[in-house]
Amino acid sequence: MDILNKISENLQDGNIEMVSELTKQAIKEKIPPKEILDNGLIDGMNIIGEKFKIHEIFIPDVLLAAKSMYAGMNELKPLLIKAGIPAIGKIVIGTIQGDLHDIGKNLVAIMLKGAGFEVIDLGNDVPPEKFIETAKRENADVIGMSALLTTTMTAMKKVIDLLKEQGLSDKIKVIIGGAPTSEEFARQIGADAYCYDAASAVECVKGLIATESK
Amino acid sequence: MRPVIRFLEDKLIERIITEARDILCKLGVEIHNKDILSVLSDYGAMVNLDKYHVFFTEDIIDMALQTIPESFKLFDVLGNKTHNFSKQNVYFTPGSAALNILDSKTKKIRRPTTNDYINYTKVISQLENIASQSTAFIPADVHEKVSDSYRLYLSLLFCEKPVITGTFTIESFNVMKDFQLAIRGTKDELKEKPLTIFSCCPTSPLKWSDVTSQNTVDCALYSIPIEFISMPLSGFIAPVTLVGTLIQHTAETLSGIVISQLSNPGTPVLYGGSPSIFDIRYETTPMGAVETQMIDCAYNEIGKYLGIPTQAYISLSDSKQLDAQAGLESSMGATLAVLSGINNISGPGMLDFESCQSLEKLILDNEICGMVLRLIKGIKPKEDFPAIPRFQELLAEKHLLISKHTRRYLKEEQYFPGPVIDRANRDRWQEDGGLSLYNRAFGEVERLINEYKPSRLSSGIKKELRKLMENEAKRYGMEKLPSYNKVK
Repeated sequence: MDILNKISENLQDGNIEMVSELTKQAIKEKIPPKEILDNGLIDGMNIIGEKFKIHEIFIPDVLLAAKSMYAGMNELKPLLIKAGIPAIGKIVIGTIQGDLHDIGKNLVAIMLKGAGFEVIDLGNDVPPEKFIETAKRENADVIGMSALLTTTMTAMKKVIDLLKEQGLSDKIKVIIGGAPTSEEFARQIGADAYCYDAASAVECVKGLIATESK
Repeated sequence: MRPVIRFLEDKLIERIITEARDILCKLGVEIHNKDILSVLSDYGAMVNLDKYHVFFTEDIIDMALQTIPESFKLFDVLGNKTHNFSKQNVYFTPGSAALNILDSKTKKIRRPTTNDYINYTKVISQLENIASQSTAFIPADVHEKVSDSYRLYLSLLFCEKPVITGTFTIESFNVMKDFQLAIRGTKDELKEKPLTIFSCCPTSPLKWSDVTSQNTVDCALYSIPIEFISMPLSGFIAPVTLVGTLIQHTAETLSGIVISQLSNPGTPVLYGGSPSIFDIRYETTPMGAVETQMIDCAYNEIGKYLGIPTQAYISLSDSKQLDAQAGLESSMGATLAVLSGINNISGPGMLDFESCQSLEKLILDNEICGMVLRLIKGIKPKEDFPAIPRFQELLAEKHLLISKHTRRYLKEEQYFPGPVIDRANRDRWQEDGGLSLYNRAFGEVERLINEYKPSRLSSGIKKELRKLMENEAKRYGMEKLPSYNKVK
């Protein structure tokens, strides 16, 4: 079997060590790093994504596959940087000020990390200013905010307003989520996207970053 | 611990059995079959041939109860074991012999055709929580005299699962038995690996028709398992009390057991039934009534007390559509049935007092079955003790989503229903089309029909089945069997 197929299949099975070994071997065989990434690792993750969508596999399988992806990426990273291929993206995430509920936000963070994003989790009860400061300092692509209470969700707007004031709206995208929020609410406050669950948040962030880099 | 419920104390069971035996010996039973009456007479029963009446003896009843097997197995058309009717093992099977189907598109009832039946076999082949098929409805595009054998023929041709079936006439048994011999090869092989169960029904109160009593004898002679379906109706043709109905059910079922065991000792039998209360307001027999379901669970306890595996028509509904009533009655019945340990649970797909099958309801019921099958697996520790290491892992990692423990036990601990059960959040549900339960079930029916893979029964045997069916149809003037849409 073609080694890139093997990488893809082992990644889908969550065989972390095998993916790492096979990636090393592929590098040794002088397969271009971009090809290993696209036709091995990403190919496997794409299949995992499809299977997840149709409920054939579940979150644990996705996360394990993602861990295998990391293992492969660790080997490839130096070569990719050398070749000038950028990292996948950085996101600052937190539960909005006044709100202490963070289970949903945590799941989103876990899934985003699983998908290869760099995630800076600010925890809960996060003041709007802290979102902005962190995103600026870390040069983040996206801010993700969550709320469970109708009384706290209004604070999300403040973050967006601050971004606008500072002229950062084009550079830093905002996604929101949580039980009381909705697509309509996202539109009202000027958020870039609303996500109804952790899996869709991953797709959504990928989409936002893709638009941003265009 | 497997959760179990009980309705009857042993003392009450014993009293019910004693009273039922007393009825059989002192009031007797009508059996409209002179051959059977003469056999019973040979065994010492008092028979009045003119009135087709027989008074059993305690000895005859004891003899029958001694030879009846306490368990038996079923095998699919390929010879693989699928069922072990024993102790508290439970299996689901679709409700059988409906006259109508609920049309998927119009949601109106109509007479089913060959194509409907084939679609049913395609769906039931893939429903993993329903272990057998039944001859669920009666195709109306063949001569009525072959409508019983024809549905078994289609079932055996298109679906590998064993079949719960029955005949409408004495004559039909012959070809229905021949189908099975064609598949198994010999009578001994068929005895070794039963493929079907035939329902044989006494007529309440305390009567056997020529057809059903002869069917019992014919099945017994080929060691084909029988499920006895006694149908007392509380307050109408049975006492209004549940205990009174149980006495009648016991008497009628014991009479069937005697016929089967005297015909061929050791014939496998399910202690079954389809009793019901009688709803005097509408003159109907509600299968979804809680009292009907209580009678089912209770006679199952009597059967088990006698050491016989059991059956009941219990996970079904009287509703006319796939609506909330259909779901609640079917799931209440299924839950009670598995908790009672009824071995063969009939009902999935059925609506409208056992008269209407719905493929969409089968899809929903398959999920009900999946959930209640999970229920009876109970709660068991699985590497849960000592607890500290797991919680250390949780506190360190902040979650256990990819913990080895989660991966090992996730699918064992949690049953994941198919898309007919909506567990998405509102937005996701909306994004998926905001479909009603009926529409989700409709989609699943279409998917299963498209993804069906033909039965792996050899083409030689399939040809033989066809020849047998064609000959049977010719006997009733049908030169050709109905054509059907090409099966992939």
